[in-house]
Amino acid sequence: MADKLEFRRAIRDALDEELARDERVVFFGEDVAKPGGVFAATPGLYDAHGEARVFDTPISELAITGAAFGAAVCGLRPVIEIMFADFLPLAMDGMVNQAAKYWYLSNEQAPAPIVVRSAYGAGGRFGAIHSQSPVAWFQNVPGLKIVAPSTPADAKALLKAAIRDDNPVLFLEHKRLYSLKGDAPTEEVTTIGEAKVVRAGGDLTIAAVATSVHHALAAAETLAAKGLEAEVVDLRSLRPLDVPAVVASVTKTNRLLVVEEGPLTGGWAGELVAQVSEHALGELDDVWRLATDDLPTPYSPPLEDDFLPGTEAIVASVRERLGVAAGA
Amino acid sequence: MAATRKDGAAVTELSGPAQHGVELYRRMLVVRRFEEAVQSLFQKGEVHGTTHLYVGEEAGAVGVADVLRPHDRVAGTYRGHGHALALGVDPQALLDEMLGRETGVCGGRAGSMNVIDLGNRLIGCFGIIGGSISAATGAALALRQQGDGVAVAFFGEGTTNHGYFHECLNFAAVLRLPVLFVCENNRYGEFTPFEDVTAGEIAARPQTLGIPTETVDGMDVWAVREAAEAAVERARAGEGPQFIQSMTYRFVGHSRSDPGRYRKPGELEEWKQRDPLKVAREKLAAAFGVDGAVVDGVDAEVEAQFEAIVERSLAAPYPDPVRDAAREFAPTTS
Repeated sequence: MADKLEFRRAIRDALDEELARDERVVFFGEDVAKPGGVFAATPGLYDAHGEARVFDTPISELAITGAAFGAAVCGLRPVIEIMFADFLPLAMDGMVNQAAKYWYLSNEQAPAPIVVRSAYGAGGRFGAIHSQSPVAWFQNVPGLKIVAPSTPADAKALLKAAIRDDNPVLFLEHKRLYSLKGDAPTEEVTTIGEAKVVRAGGDLTIAAVATSVHHALAAAETLAAKGLEAEVVDLRSLRPLDVPAVVASVTKTNRLLVVEEGPLTGGWAGELVAQVSEHALGELDDVWRLATDDLPTPYSPPLEDDFLPGTEAIVASVRERLGVAAGA
Repeated sequence: MAATRKDGAAVTELSGPAQHGVELYRRMLVVRRFEEAVQSLFQKGEVHGTTHLYVGEEAGAVGVADVLRPHDRVAGTYRGHGHALALGVDPQALLDEMLGRETGVCGGRAGSMNVIDLGNRLIGCFGIIGGSISAATGAALALRQQGDGVAVAFFGEGTTNHGYFHECLNFAAVLRLPVLFVCENNRYGEFTPFEDVTAGEIAARPQTLGIPTETVDGMDVWAVREAAEAAVERARAGEGPQFIQSMTYRFVGHSRSDPGRYRKPGELEEWKQRDPLKVAREKLAAAFGVDGAVVDGVDAEVEAQFEAIVERSLAAPYPDPVRDAAREFAPTTS
């Protein structure tokens, strides 16, 4: 499998190629340059591109994000790393009040092209404040794009697309995916905001992102053995949401399950369900969400495993909801 | 420069420092008259929401802006009309913005607290304190890569207790960024005297990070200008961030709803003796030999200018809500 691409390598290569392609691209954050990143996602970039363009910063999320914004509106295309997505509340002013509003408030004088890379997600026994999904915190912010790839190919293509995008992009890397290996991308750059059907099926649509896509695919195999064919839609982007792609799938399956690794209340799954319902209520025989309880992510392995909407939880939820024959 | 008396007769040909001094006075007066117009239009219901006026602080923005070059960049505050005007933002477009008109500098989308005019070097005014500091820090990152530009952050003394201040001063110092931090110390953070909520000396904070720091008389435009010129030169030469504390006073409330009851008795009157316009008038006569009639002529010109500006603003069209159905995202071009 020597030709397979590891997810963390995909991130590194995307940065490397964009730094080489465009001198306006700079990359900074905590421990990202000389140490190569705490998730080993950015080794060698400092050596290849020099400390003027790839550098380590103080542990100062306000400064990192605010400076990225200021640099962006003066002509650079900064990529920053906020080490854990749980730290994003500290970066929120720069993202929400400054970068995301700039294009509109300035009457379209200039955009604020920043990319905020951040490792997110649970399952690593990191506890409540190193495991969260920040999507719902940011999905309500006009002007900000949110991307969460599920494969190395998408990680590379979408990070390159994010860097070339003129808008601020929150680029979420699920930390359980860093060691995943897969094919290299076949397209140079993928447009942000396009979902992808990763498994065809006629009985049920399961929409998800990142690790949940893999869980949905595994669950679909189990369900197929029981005679239920699930179509799995990898949303890839949470803003913009590719509602037409989900509607197209639902038009075929008439049922929609949205899997979200995050609290049920106020989550992005609710937004997707609302939009699909508004556009295609007549196509829906059933629609529901599988998310976490409205609690912090627990630390203890059995507690955390039970907490997350993994493969078994998806299978159980579908069987309970649709009455798929018991016995598997 | 052809100066004229109030009655319109030419009195003298000014040149050199005198001419420049009269120009600095004119810029401060433009800010003063602008703010008075905003206040008046606010009371008439033409300016909405809230505004934070720069009355009394004019020497700060005018003194600093005068030493900047075309490729420098500035981040202002929510009390930013003076910052914008000092940089050359068109008073007509700025007042139109205050009135929410389509012809405003941001098409009426931004309002008083969030003015952006990149064409005039203003990367933005920031409604949350400290935003200007981080924006200028980032601008300096870009300017250093592009050439020898310098970024300037204006902020009030209240911001020195904010996370942005501490994080960005250290960030800029570590990276030796070409940025000038201008702390406009008007003594009150909203309604609270800064001494009541601030430990130690403000100037000691940048100094402990190794940032060259100077405290200046913020009511004297020449004093501000001189300090800014030296600081900007050092930043441009690669000596890293610089810090100026400009001691000033606002002659009006924090915002439109503030009568200023927290002021000590006599304090306002005392500071008004140091009104930057008064200081400038006196210095123009004493140090540069400028005839008072010349200054009267400037007063008359600016007054007439603003009568026309206000009239045009009130006649300017509001944005059409249909046409304002803007794109959420910028179209990507690269």
